[in-house]
Amino acid sequence: MEAIISLDQIGLTFHRDGQSTEVLRDFSLDVPAGRFVAVIGPSGVGKSTLLRVIAGLLPPTTGRVTIRTRRDDGRLPVAMVFQDARLLPWRKVVSNVGFGLEHGRLSAAERREKAEAALALVELTGYSGRYPHELSGGQRQRVALARALAVDPDILLMDEPFAALDAITRESLQGELARIHAATGKTILFVTHSIDEAVYLADEVVAITGKPGRLAATVPIAAERPRKRNAAEIADLAGRVRVELLDAPAA
Amino acid sequence: MTRTKAVALAALGFAVFLAIWELAPALGFISASVLPPPSVLPQAFLRELSSGIWFAALLTSLRHYLAGLVIGCTLGVGLGVATGMSDTLEASLAWVIRVLRPIPGLAWVPFAILWFGIDATAAIFIIGIGVFWISYFAAHGAVRAVDRDLIEVAEAFGFRRPDQKLIKVILPSAAPGILAGLRTALGQAWMAVVASEIFGVPGLGQRMMQAANLLASDVVVVYMATMAALYGMFDSGFVALQSWLLRWKR
Repeated sequence: MEAIISLDQIGLTFHRDGQSTEVLRDFSLDVPAGRFVAVIGPSGVGKSTLLRVIAGLLPPTTGRVTIRTRRDDGRLPVAMVFQDARLLPWRKVVSNVGFGLEHGRLSAAERREKAEAALALVELTGYSGRYPHELSGGQRQRVALARALAVDPDILLMDEPFAALDAITRESLQGELARIHAATGKTILFVTHSIDEAVYLADEVVAITGKPGRLAATVPIAAERPRKRNAAEIADLAGRVRVELLDAPAA
Repeated sequence: MTRTKAVALAALGFAVFLAIWELAPALGFISASVLPPPSVLPQAFLRELSSGIWFAALLTSLRHYLAGLVIGCTLGVGLGVATGMSDTLEASLAWVIRVLRPIPGLAWVPFAILWFGIDATAAIFIIGIGVFWISYFAAHGAVRAVDRDLIEVAEAFGFRRPDQKLIKVILPSAAPGILAGLRTALGQAWMAVVASEIFGVPGLGQRMMQAANLLASDVVVVYMATMAALYGMFDSGFVALQSWLLRWKR
């Protein structure tokens, strides 16, 4: 299958105040359409930066990002979910969710309809008229997920989206995301610190290590779906990823 | 404290204030010609009203007030937003602003008269300058304080042109700060109205000065009260508008 995302020897160097920091070096990765890829690695190895490069928010210093979308309507093929929900506090839930649709192609009624559908997907039907400050942290993150799903992207980029949530909310949202992935077939790139989260969710775990960040290992997770969190197979795979990460050559 | 009790206390306090004011000249602490008691004010007000002077002065001053406020605040907010968004523009204007900002609004009176004559335009100019800086700094600071992360959200969802970021994120984010500045400007502008009219431009301030020169202190107080009432009305109206615009806040 042809890759929907191709990263070809991506390198990224930040220049600030006469100092340059190399964040990513020679990073190549192909992601086939529909795959759930977890990107894992210690803090500061450029995982979030990688997502921003793919989203087109940061131009890479070297190398090339190719996104193959069958879109011809000029809509965004990628949508992003951040660690903190980053909802716009002056907008009600429904117009936060419809935010990415305000490019003049849809009427207000159509936007509303799509936003309501995305809210249903994250099980927040009936919350349209609330303001973000009236929601719990988990609900806000669901709204952020709905906002990304509403633009019906080919690719969902998620930057540690559940890291700031309590453990119970986190697990329930992980379950939701697995269900949404199965239902929508979106390609998902999911950055996380948590090996268990990565193994539970992903088809493939990509480990980044070192400074500058480089691809250290790729571990396929072939376990059956839907997955059971405490299955022996998942625990074994998590163990393997741990070994791969610890054995990865240091920079 | 309950709302009723608070209102009752406020009314009581005001009544005591009026009583002391009324009694001070009556008990001979101060001459009634220097401090007219409140009881003579309705009469003075009716005189001004029936001669038509009060209403004419009110309309003229309102025109100066609104024109100065709208022009000054529009330019101030516009420039504040622009320098808040553009480092280049901010750096280019840094020294110009540093030189012009400390000049008090009233210091512009000689130039206002030279340029515009003793005329409504001069009053509007003085009022405009006063509110310009208030709204400029409020808007500049509010735009500077906009959460970068929210701007990144706009970019991530395809709003990458400056005008799109402005409409989608920057203006709504900065609205509380800008509105707080405009409210200050609303009060500042009344002071500028009086100040500019004292120099001879027709309006409430001018009429007040005429009365003062004739030692008609009761008429002076009538105009003081008029301005207090107008300011109170504008301020409550603005607060209502502000809380409607910011209804999304807790």
